[in-house]
Amino acid sequence: MQVSYKWLQKYLKLDMPAKDLAEKIERTAVEVDSVKVPMDGLKKIVVGHIVSMEMHPDSDHLHVCMVDVGEDDPLQIVCGAPNVANGQKVIVALPGSRIGHNVKIKRSKMRGVVSNGMICALDEIGFSKDVIPKEWADGIYVFPDDTPVGQPVYPFLGMDDSIIDLDVTPNRGDMLSILGTVHDLAAIYDQKPKIEKPEVEESSSVQTKDLISAKVEDNGLAKTYDLRVINNVKIGPSPAWLQITLWNAGIRPIDNVVDVTNYIMLKYGQPLHSFDADKIDGGIDVRLANKGEKITTLDDDDHDLSENDIVIADDKKPVAIAGVMGGANSQIDSHTKNVAIEAAIFDPIHIRKTAQRHLLHSEASQRFERGINPDGVEDAINEAAELIHELSGGQVAKGIVSAAKYQPELPVIYITAQRTNHVLGTSLSLSEIKDIFDRLGFSSEAYKDGLNVTIPRRRWDIHIEADLFEEVARIYGYDNLPATLPTDTKTVGALTPSQKLQRAARHVLEGLGLTQAISYSLTTEAKAKMFLMRKSFTTKLAWPMTQDHSILRMNVLSGLLDDVAFNNARKVSDIALYEQGRVFYKDTADQVRPQEVEHLAGVVSGHLIKSTWDHKAEPVDFYQVKGIVEQLLKNLDIKGDTQFIANDKIPEMHPGRTADILIHGHRVGFLGQINPKTANQFKIHDTYGFELDLQELIDLPKNDDQYEPIPKYPSVKRDIAIVVNKDIKNDQIVDLINKRGGAYLQNVQLFDVYEGSNVPAGKKSMAYSLTYLNPNETLKDDQVNAAFEKIKNHLTAELDAEIR
Amino acid sequence: MSLKDDLKDIRDQGLDDINKSTDLKSLNNIRVHLLGKKGPITSALRGIKELPVEKRPEVGSYANEIRDDLTKAIVEQRDNLANAQLNKRLAAEKIDVSLPGRSVPQGQPHVIQQIIDEVVDLFLGMGYQVLTGPEVETDHYNFEMMNLPKDHPARDMQDTFYITNEILMRTQTSPMQARTLEKHDFSKGPLKMISPGIVYRRDTDDPTHSHQFHQVEGLVIDKHITMADLKGTLLTMAHQIFGDKFNVRLRPSYFPFTEPSVEVDITCFNCMGKGCDVCKHTGWIEVLGAGMVHPNVLNMAGVDSKQYGGFAFGLGPDRFAMLKYGVDDIRDFYLDDVRFLNQFSKRGI
Ligand SMILES: [Zn+2]
Repeated sequence: MQVSYKWLQKYLKLDMPAKDLAEKIERTAVEVDSVKVPMDGLKKIVVGHIVSMEMHPDSDHLHVCMVDVGEDDPLQIVCGAPNVANGQKVIVALPGSRIGHNVKIKRSKMRGVVSNGMICALDEIGFSKDVIPKEWADGIYVFPDDTPVGQPVYPFLGMDDSIIDLDVTPNRGDMLSILGTVHDLAAIYDQKPKIEKPEVEESSSVQTKDLISAKVEDNGLAKTYDLRVINNVKIGPSPAWLQITLWNAGIRPIDNVVDVTNYIMLKYGQPLHSFDADKIDGGIDVRLANKGEKITTLDDDDHDLSENDIVIADDKKPVAIAGVMGGANSQIDSHTKNVAIEAAIFDPIHIRKTAQRHLLHSEASQRFERGINPDGVEDAINEAAELIHELSGGQVAKGIVSAAKYQPELPVIYITAQRTNHVLGTSLSLSEIKDIFDRLGFSSEAYKDGLNVTIPRRRWDIHIEADLFEEVARIYGYDNLPATLPTDTKTVGALTPSQKLQRAARHVLEGLGLTQAISYSLTTEAKAKMFLMRKSFTTKLAWPMTQDHSILRMNVLSGLLDDVAFNNARKVSDIALYEQGRVFYKDTADQVRPQEVEHLAGVVSGHLIKSTWDHKAEPVDFYQVKGIVEQLLKNLDIKGDTQFIANDKIPEMHPGRTADILIHGHRVGFLGQINPKTANQFKIHDTYGFELDLQELIDLPKNDDQYEPIPKYPSVKRDIAIVVNKDIKNDQIVDLINKRGGAYLQNVQLFDVYEGSNVPAGKKSMAYSLTYLNPNETLKDDQVNAAFEKIKNHLTAELDAEIR
Repeated sequence: MSLKDDLKDIRDQGLDDINKSTDLKSLNNIRVHLLGKKGPITSALRGIKELPVEKRPEVGSYANEIRDDLTKAIVEQRDNLANAQLNKRLAAEKIDVSLPGRSVPQGQPHVIQQIIDEVVDLFLGMGYQVLTGPEVETDHYNFEMMNLPKDHPARDMQDTFYITNEILMRTQTSPMQARTLEKHDFSKGPLKMISPGIVYRRDTDDPTHSHQFHQVEGLVIDKHITMADLKGTLLTMAHQIFGDKFNVRLRPSYFPFTEPSVEVDITCFNCMGKGCDVCKHTGWIEVLGAGMVHPNVLNMAGVDSKQYGGFAFGLGPDRFAMLKYGVDDIRDFYLDDVRFLNQFSKRGI
């Protein structure tokens, strides 16, 4: 809500700079979006009087005006506005002035005629087109005749005011009004606001109830519904003060009836609606819309009404969408004679839904959604009627027609100093607390060892003790709260084993050269279904923003491939990333919530180790990524053997370069080269990756932490090189060596693989280093030789190996 | 010439040879020649038996003296030569130390992870436990248990990705408050937890909005937890994460699940409180929301609000990272450009 500082000053003695006031509001009540002084940045703009005017000799629309600006001689100014006329008081930008959008005005020539400045329209001096009255929308602005010539224009346009834009939180609907804001400021600055109860002169001899009737079908729709009628009005523009008030609040002035209703809304926070009483057929009925009913709103939009929209209807038709926007069929126009004013409290939930349904978030609906002060309704309608009478000359009919009235019990809340201090950490006395309530205008009386506080209806947000703690805290000042730490620290802060493992896994991968990425969990259907580690249905958003982020991922790898693509597209080709995050599985299509499983995935593309001046880097390959995964799994120290088994069945992975990762026979993930077909789809270079079910790694049993003494006796090494058929796998050879290696074989290490000129076609040479150790005594050569011979024999017999 | 004179000549000649030797090999030859069994001292001493008996000891000890002198000179010269040789080698081994070192692979945590870890570690040190919850939440926990019934206007503050009418992508980490409150056994002591995680909003991605971002929820419930404790806790966090020069201020705000509710500002990074464009000339930057847990939240979760109370806060690591490093586009966090990811300080890791 845009609040005028000058308006506030009518009720309170405030003389600090607007910026300081805004700061105080922000620290004590609600956020302030901005403080603006409309004249800021403008220079040398004055009221001018057109003393003579003739047509420009070379133009059919330009006029040459002589304008008195309070100096010795009038200025000659060329003006092209369609509404310029002799005798007008106008906005003149003098030579050397600065107008809106930081434009400088210089002496110039227009089609050969000297123009010493410019006669301005409102938008040219910074007004938003949204607030300029229709009559000034397409031309220059004309001041009332009594405006003094030569003076700066700002005070006559309200541009010297400071506009404080409040960002009102949903609970503080009371601050969507000047009076609500005044009440809060009164408490903040400890003043008594000067607010007068409005009086209305009911000068008509007619009773309102004889002119109009109203009924509310269900009190749930409107708790209060009041009508007044003003007869014999003369519709016209509002006086300048009212127009200024509205445009400074961001509302476009319309006419002397509608403007009054908007003015009252700003002042009281009570939206009013004005009908042309002669366009109402019969009585007013507040009801839900019927199926198939339609209405054209004031903004000329057609709406098909829902059976959940509250409407104001006459005997034949809806005439307004209640609390949201009036209907064109009953609107005030220049011929309107008799006006009906409505002040009501509509049900917030209905209004909120209707505003959403019809995309009609109006000043009125915003206030109804947040609540209305039941004590302000009658004041608002009375002041509105009186003001319409004053501005349009009509007579107010006697009495208010009221179809519903809401006067809730005033809540009384018991509060003690002990509880207040217990929650806030303050040491306030009861009298200090009572003083805060006095400032807020909440009456309170001593009860037991505390206070019974009566909450006025204008603060409908306060229901419970905690609400009062907030009032005390903010008025006392959050800056005055001490800063302490919870004293009872009998809690232990420690990561769980699962959290520690997740951290450790991240650190291992970082140490191995992979940088952590965070990609999007919401992706496309195609990507969500890639690299599936188990059968799963997809989880879809009901109303995604874009198809790119519409389905919950069931793998992490595809997000990392998006990252690779993003980098490749930017000519970055060396990429090593990992991500730890959730995937979302559904076992059945109608499973309500997906199961969330923690996964860990990585990608390496290009080079992991960069080329340097003395070291040529190798592009990443399967074994590089396998080394990373092996080291990770080794560090996690999971019980049982790790196996890598070729898998050619994952469609997005290279069929010949992919392995499942099994721990103790249990599949925990896979690794390998991204299938070049998939890589093409992502537009990425050769990329290797892995994906692990981190939850499995967390859940699988771990080796016990234990210590083994360093062997006291030396180990013995023997190397063996064999030539075998090409399709024999390393695992087969190592398994065989381990199986037949005897009691002292400690370790088998592959150190060479060779195919080529010295090896027969279809064969390969494999070389292993075998380590023997007896922890209890020094091994004798013949013991080792015997064991080594046995292995050779088995290799020859079982794998047809040729020993070299 | 006396035998003694012979010995003196041997010594002088020997020392001269030793000092003139230029390499270890020739020095060794000199040593073998001088001190060996066929050497001049040995042969000179053969003449000793021709001396009178009483002169023999004097000449004998003089011979030993010469032998010691020569031995010492050889050792010295050997050290000199060895040193010279080493120096020569070292001089030849000189390299260009300005050539770059060989690269070793090194990754690093995501900048948001760094912030989260920093926050987590700080609160672990203050005795908090770390809990994580589901990203796909129920309307019940995400909203209703947080005192946001259906049709509550504050629901408009958070545009939500719904999956069904009742299932949604959590818009905040706050549902972990309710989940934890329901489970916590207060007979075993106070509840102090933080809960980091990803949250989702139905927003169009732009420099300041992301449909996916992070939050860290904090919750402390006990018999006597005050708003001053909240202020002190947040001040401690600001000091720890941003530095001692940073201050915090609380401003009234509104969250349905806390009462009183506050926004928390910290001293502007850019101007350190003087006022600048970044902080809209206030000297303060909003970093998180907090408040005293609303009694409805406690009661709905089965915790007696008359007996227990406390504070909750929710902070945004994305926003922290943006402020701390001056990142001006939140999308950078989720596109994973390696040139972006690799530039954040690794000191804190
Ligand atoms: Zn600043």
